[in-house]
Order: sequence, then structure tokens, then C-alpha cells
Amino acid sequence: MAEFDSDKAKQDSVDTSANQNRRTVLKGTAGILAAGVFPAVHAQEKIVLRYLGTAVNQDKAIAEKFKADTGIEIQYIPVTTDEVTKRAVTAPNSFDLIDTEYFSLKKIIPTGNLLAIDSKRIKNADKITTLFTKGEVAGKAVGDQGTAPKKVMFLEGAGSKKFSATPTQFMTLIPTVYNADTLGIRPDLIKRPIDSWKELLNPEFKGKAAILNIPSIGIMDAAMVVESMGIHKYKDKGNMTKAEIDLTIKTLIEAKKAGQFRALWKDFNESVNLMASGEVVIQSMWSPAVTAVRSKGIDCVFQPLKEGYRAWASGFGLPATLSGKKLDGAYEFINWFLDGWAGAYLNRQGYYSAVLETAKAKMEAYEWAYWMEGKPAAQDIKSPQGDVIAKAGAVRDGGSYEQRMGGIACWNAVMDENEYMVRKWNEFVAA
Amino acid sequence: MSAPATATHAATRPLHTIAAWWQAAPFALVFLLFFIVPLVLIGMVSLWDFNEYELIPAVSLRNYLSIFEGCSHLTDNGDFCVTLSTYLSTLKFCFLVWAITLVLGFAVAYFLAFHVRSSGMQTALFVLCTVPFWTSNVIRMISWVPLLGRNGLVNQTLMGIGLVNEPVEWLLFSDFSVVLAFVHLYTMFMIVPIFNSMMRIDRSLLEAATDAGASGWQTLWNVIVPLSKTGIIIGSIFVITIVMGDFVTIGVMGGQQIASVGKIIQVQTSYLQFPLAAANAVILLAVVLMIIYGLTRLVDIRKEL
Repeated sequence: MAEFDSDKAKQDSVDTSANQNRRTVLKGTAGILAAGVFPAVHAQEKIVLRYLGTAVNQDKAIAEKFKADTGIEIQYIPVTTDEVTKRAVTAPNSFDLIDTEYFSLKKIIPTGNLLAIDSKRIKNADKITTLFTKGEVAGKAVGDQGTAPKKVMFLEGAGSKKFSATPTQFMTLIPTVYNADTLGIRPDLIKRPIDSWKELLNPEFKGKAAILNIPSIGIMDAAMVVESMGIHKYKDKGNMTKAEIDLTIKTLIEAKKAGQFRALWKDFNESVNLMASGEVVIQSMWSPAVTAVRSKGIDCVFQPLKEGYRAWASGFGLPATLSGKKLDGAYEFINWFLDGWAGAYLNRQGYYSAVLETAKAKMEAYEWAYWMEGKPAAQDIKSPQGDVIAKAGAVRDGGSYEQRMGGIACWNAVMDENEYMVRKWNEFVAA
Repeated sequence: MSAPATATHAATRPLHTIAAWWQAAPFALVFLLFFIVPLVLIGMVSLWDFNEYELIPAVSLRNYLSIFEGCSHLTDNGDFCVTLSTYLSTLKFCFLVWAITLVLGFAVAYFLAFHVRSSGMQTALFVLCTVPFWTSNVIRMISWVPLLGRNGLVNQTLMGIGLVNEPVEWLLFSDFSVVLAFVHLYTMFMIVPIFNSMMRIDRSLLEAATDAGASGWQTLWNVIVPLSKTGIIIGSIFVITIVMGDFVTIGVMGGQQIASVGKIIQVQTSYLQFPLAAANAVILLAVVLMIIYGLTRLVDIRKEL
């Protein structure tokens, strides 16, 4: 019995000492953590920027390159164009960086959810293309119907909710990408030249046309068509009167009833599918979608039209609540974005970048000549992924930067009669 | 004698009631938080005013009026107003999908319940029915496109065997494709409850029917269908509520060209017209509730279960 007891006692003591040991170690670690390691870890805490935008602009390669260059991580939140605006208005704390279209600013700025960007902290601010600051390309004014960026580019002051007509130190958005949209066509299936917006409703393409189902953009495409058919001349396509909206929608409904449209599309990928599968031969399209169809080896052209283009532009904004390290990180990202690598990357996809000078430095001379100067390709042109998208000798549709951006007829817009327009658009969808 | 008994009864009753309340409390709370409160909020917001970027608390019928604006007469194109034609189109899909899934679901459930003898086989086949649910809803729908498209498999086959000279256009982005996708997606919701109530049918009733000289069809119509009513009604409620609120399937399969109530609500929320969307949601809810009320009048589900 005694032996047993002592054994047990020994065991107990072993247990206690083991426990004590464990406890001391734990305490020690906690002490070390509390004293030294924790602050160090905290200081090196990685900055993660939540980037809200549409999937089209959220390229994996850009986030990877930025992380490699600066150590800051970009976390993409891909949503649709309309959803970006909705989040900016309703949930401004759900992102650290927003990539939104300029026309949405009319809805976002009055809420005070965006920070005025201090152009003194943007290294290349004075090099941003004059298209944004003055509404000019190569010294010539371009069309400013709709929400042209120059109208909403600047704020009156740091905390202001009012747009300034003249340039100030405080910017609403720093432009990321912009382009002039037109119709995409399948030349191999159409087999004749297309040169006007009115072809979208030409009965020849009955059941083979599509228009996009984002009301605020679709109505603009429809307006280009209506004007080119000679039905009506708008004072401002980007700000129609009720009567003009009625007329535009009526034209669309008549075409729809006649079976003109194969489908409407809302998502970038839908437009690619419709075109690539041959369901549709002429439709509203975005340039990266055309590039995507072409990279499948299918002939698709982003057709320049004589009436001009419908332009759009998007840019980076910062939520008003952003501060400290994250704010610094966001400014760093914007500066990095304008520094050339990203610009060159976007230009190679057929977009245009905000600061042309720096992007040019990161592109090969033959690439610059093809994409920006409208010259025949000196050698095969490849997409950033390495697919050949244009053979040597080919010329970019739409020509040079000046030709293309100079041909802008109107900009994506939010109308004063927006609510009425959306209601009428629903009528078109229901017809 | 009865006095003490009543006293005891009276004493235990409040205790009993309190215990029952406690037991019901968790679920009641969940319901309150996630169902009643949001619903009241929707009702409230539907009366608010709004502009491009803010909601303005108010009590106005503006949203309801604007939904029904122009519904008293036909439009210039000879259509009903948007709201009416949208509801009509949604109800049409609802009816078609309901009828088809009912017939299909009943047939499949009947086969599973009465023709498959071993319960192992029954389980295996039942799991087989759920296979379409192993991929996401959107993928299931999109996979119809290469099959039904202008250059799709079906058209290639039809043209290959010389049945048609030109691709058949109505296979995709049409009422047909929408109904097809719905049936594909939701027949399961019909099968499960019907199968469930068929399994509860006492087999001796069927034998009795046969002994009494009923033919197969007579047994089906006079014994099985009445006894499966609960399942049929529950399945119908599932299918009808899902189809009434759907906008993704109609969007993808209809080529975005066919209106649905859900789609209208979605467009309105994405343009920050929350009060309008809320008003639409209230109307949709009212319509669906009326349908369900009508269905439950046919069968007292609580009694039958």
C-alpha cells in the first residue's frame, strides 16, 4: 500500500511539475509575445486593399505585379456596373478602393461617401490626359453629351459635395481605363461593310442582333441608332426629355416585336458567348469582349461608325472613411497604376490608360505604333496572355488614339429623368 | 371531488403554458428577426420617397401609383402596362411549369414508390434524381446553350438527318427554353413531397381496391391521387413560389428578353430605387400569398400531415 501511495505521489508530482512546466512555458511565450513579438508582427502587418469594381478591370496579373513591387495585397470584389454604384452609396465601408464609372459620380458624390483625392499626392496628376481635365484630344474638343468626365472630375474643396467646372486640387476619381464603344460585328457572317449605327435595327439582321440590358448604357446605344436612322435629333443624348425617352423606347419595342433581337445581354461574358457562338452577328459590345472573341480565332471587329462613339471612363475613388496605413497604401496603388506598367498592360488589351507618357515607356515601339498611332503592325500583336490577336500588317479598328477618342459623340450618363427611363426600359424588356 | 382536480389543473396550467412559450421562443425569435422585421421594413420602405442617392422617409403611395400607372388603358403598341404584362407572363410560366412538373413529378414518384420493390434500389434511384443538383444552378442553365443554340447539338442533328433545312430558332432564348430549364431545375421539388406521401399509403388499401374490382386507372385516380394530395399541394407551393420569384433562369434562358417580376425588382434595386422595388415586392408577396391561400383551401395540410 505504502509503495503504491508513494508511487502515486511521485506520479502526482510528475504531473504537477509537467503542468507547471507547461504553464511556465505558456506564460513565458505570452510574455515574449506581449513584450516583443506582437508589436513587430503588428508593424509588418500586411496591408490588404479591398478593390471594388467590375470584373472587366480586375486583372489578376495587375494585382500580382503590384504585390511583387510593393508587398501590398489587392483583394478583388467583382460586381456589375450597377452594383458598384449601389455599394458605394449603401455600404461605403465594404471596400478600400473603388473603381467606378464617371457617370455614377452624380449618384455617389452627393452622399459624401467618397474622399476628395488630393492631387498633390498623385505623382503624375498633371500628366493625366486632357480628355479628362479639359475634354480635349490633341487640342480639339470632343463630344460632351452625357456625363463627360470633365464635368465631374473636380470638386470645389476637400470636403465638398459639389463638382467644380474648372480644375482644382481635389479630384473625384483618378482615371483607370476609358474607351469609345461602338458595335461589334462578325464580318465573316455579315459579308458587307457596316458604317452606321442604324444597321443594328436593320431588318436584314433580324433575329441576329443584340443590345445590352444595362438601361443607362443601352439607352445611349439606342439613341445613337435612333439619330442615325434620322428619326430624331437629340439635344443631349445623355439627358433626354420624357418625350425623347418615349420615342427611343418605342423604336426599340417595335424592333423587338418584329423579332430583331436574338437576346439582350448584361454581362461581359454573355456578349462574348453570343458573338462567338454565332447567335448574334451585330450587337452593342465592349472592346475587351471583342478581343476575347478574337482570341478564340473568330473574326470579330469593333466597327468604327460614321456617327461616332459612345465613350465611357472609369476611375479610382477612395471611400471617405479610409485613413492611416490603408489610405497611404491606396495612394501608393494609384501612383503605381499611373506609373506605366499597368497602363501598358491595359493598352495592349485595347483600352486606353490615363497617363499615356508613362505607358509608352513600358511598351515596345511596334506595339505603341499599332495600338496608339493606328499604324500597321510591324510584327504579330499579342494579347498580354500571349495569344496572337492581330497578324503583322493588320491595322487596329478605329485608327489612332486621336482619331478614335476624337470621334466621341456622347458619354455614358445618368439622366435627370433616370427613374422614368428605367421604368420605360422595363417596358421594353417586357414587350 | 371535482373541486381539487380543478384546483390542480388551474395550478399546473400557467406553468405548462410558460414552458410551452419558452419552447416556442427560439424559433419565434428567429422568425421575428429574419422574417417579420424585414417584412415590416419592406412594407415601410415601400411607402418612402426617394431620389437618385437617398431614401426619404415618408408615407406616400407614389411608388404603388407609379407601378400601376397607365394600367387603365392599353399602351400605344396595344399591350397591357408593364406591370400587368409582366405578371401575366410570370403567371403563364408558373402555370406551364407547375403543370409539367406535376405530371412528371407524379410519374417519377409513382414509379419510385410502387414499381421499385427493394428499398435499396429506391434510395439509389432517389439519389439519382438529385444528380442535377450537384452542380450550380447557373451552370445547369448555361449548359443548355451549346445544346439548343443556332449551331448547337440539337440543330446540327436535326439538319444532319434532314428534318429541317434551317436551324430552329425557337429552341433557345424563347418561352420554350425558359420552361425547359424550369422543369429541369424544379421537378425535384415536386418528386420529393409526392414520393413522401405515397410511401405513407397503406398498401393493403391498394389490394383492397384490386379485390373490389377496380382497374389500375381507377385505383390511381380514386385511391392514390386523393391520398397523395398533401404531397401534391406542398410540391405545388414549392414550384409556384420559386417560379414567381425567379429572375435568373428567365434572364439566362430567355436571352434577357422576357420580363419577370423578379427581374424588375432586381433592376430597380440596382438603380437604388429601393422604395419602388419594395412596393413591387409587397405586390408580388400578396399575389403569391393569394395563390397559396387558394391551394391550402383545397387541402387542409395541417390535418393531413
